[in-house]
Amino acid sequence: MTDPILEIRGLTKSFGALSVSQAIDLDLRPGEIHALIGPNGAGKTTLVKQIAGALQPDSGSVRLAGQDVTRLSTAARARLGMGRTFQISSLAMDYTVLQNTVLGALCHRGDVFRFFRPVMKDAALLEAARRALDEVGLGALEAQRTSELSHGQRRQLEVASALTLEPKAFLMDEPMAGLGVEGSQHMMGFLDSLRDRAPILLVEHDMDAVFSLADRISVLVLGEIIASGSVSDIRSNPLVRSAYLGEDEAA
Amino acid sequence: MMSKEALLNTALMALLLLVPLGAWFADEPFLITLTTRAVIFGIAGIGLNFALGLGGLVSLGHAAFFGLGGYVMGVLAYHAQTYTSLMTWPFELPGTTAMTIIWLVAICLSALLALGIGALSLRTSGVYFIMITLAFAQMLYYFAISWPAYGGEDGLSIYVRNRFVGLNTMDPIQFFMVCYGLLLLVLGLVWAMARSAFGLALGAARQNEERVRALGQKPQRLYLTAFVISGAITGLAGALFADLNRFVSPTMFSWQTSGEIMIFVILGGVGRVFGPVAGAALFILLEYSLGGLSDYWHVYLGAILLGVVLFARGGIYGLIAGREVAHD
Repeated sequence: MTDPILEIRGLTKSFGALSVSQAIDLDLRPGEIHALIGPNGAGKTTLVKQIAGALQPDSGSVRLAGQDVTRLSTAARARLGMGRTFQISSLAMDYTVLQNTVLGALCHRGDVFRFFRPVMKDAALLEAARRALDEVGLGALEAQRTSELSHGQRRQLEVASALTLEPKAFLMDEPMAGLGVEGSQHMMGFLDSLRDRAPILLVEHDMDAVFSLADRISVLVLGEIIASGSVSDIRSNPLVRSAYLGEDEAA
Repeated sequence: MMSKEALLNTALMALLLLVPLGAWFADEPFLITLTTRAVIFGIAGIGLNFALGLGGLVSLGHAAFFGLGGYVMGVLAYHAQTYTSLMTWPFELPGTTAMTIIWLVAICLSALLALGIGALSLRTSGVYFIMITLAFAQMLYYFAISWPAYGGEDGLSIYVRNRFVGLNTMDPIQFFMVCYGLLLLVLGLVWAMARSAFGLALGAARQNEERVRALGQKPQRLYLTAFVISGAITGLAGALFADLNRFVSPTMFSWQTSGEIMIFVILGGVGRVFGPVAGAALFILLEYSLGGLSDYWHVYLGAILLGVVLFARGGIYGLIAGREVAHD
């Protein structure tokens, strides 16, 4: 079997008496979409934060492409190839769509300490940015101010921004939230094609999306992975049904 | 067709040039000096605006750089005019009356000071950053007061304005032209930097640090660089201001000075490249017109400032040119 791109071992974190991550093992292999699901408050976002480097675990390790990144900053992990999108869009709101994407391409190229050449006239950056925008379907809105975008469009821009980093692994926190039916369909089609470029660890609430996209699914409940396997394994798993799906249907 | 902002920029720069030229023809040197003050304050404000407007770093300690620039001029010129050395060991360091050298020293030392203050202050943010920058400037203020070698509390007078190749700098209009030229140069540099890769990344850090980190860059490094550039520009303005007055005193280090530099930025429009120039010009205009009415003209200034903060957040530029359009 090929080595995983992202390898999480024994990740443990508690806030006082509240244990939010309990010895979590998780990996992401080349070419796959690995979905992480779980009811509200299961600790999904806390887990994503630890993987991205925004929060230090109490113990355990995170390896990216074979390298231990557990003690590295968010910025260092991003440079090593972790492309993250946020649950609540985190963009430069006063910038245009194109500026936000050029920013990504610029940070990826790494020469941010250039002071005199106009960055929005840099052909290589513009090309990378426009390619990413076209891929997510935002090409026509490049001159729009980001704060004027709909929630769904902001999600698409987050993904475009992550694309400009040409990451080794994507870490996506609910990229489909607020997209609407048509937008969701488009984004799903896009993520489906994206997995060949880099695997995706997908945190998602939309069950239809998860079941149709994911190669594997892990279920997080109260900070613990209670099941992990293929779509059919998870569908038929009684623990998952009672802990998650049953509750979802009742709601 | 020019945008409103470009029109306003042109009108502002034309006004700042035509007023002293008119005054020169009318033989009103006082007006020339007044405009020169506005131009120098404008440069000081552009410096602060680079950190505050572009980087979101609210520094209430920019008097540190303004004052340092002033003392660089004072100390170098004092030694040159008294034929003494700044130091004799390990090597002899003479003073100078050459403006260009004074500017360079002021810029370099201010940048160095900003690097030190920034490296310590940028560990904090928000109100703590405001307070710690203020504290550093106050330290320098009290140091200047209590150090007798260069006049202490009384300050230091220079008998003749420093030299600039080919010009008679004691002639108000010629010294004005030197300052105006520097203003144009600084504006050009800041304009370019705002549109550069660094400007894009810095502006993104101001708006959303998390985004910049997720893209693999450290906001702190961007902030520190911006703070150093900002301090260097304000330091240059300090050297010019001291030369204009042929006098430097600890007042240049005072927190009132920091506050005034911030007022230029707020009046003109935070984050707008030409904003502080408009703010400084308006400040001088108010000081001149209201100052003639009453010794307590600051009361009116305060009222106007309150009005701007409450009703015209974008200052003069926000009011006339509207919201900033995205750079292309």
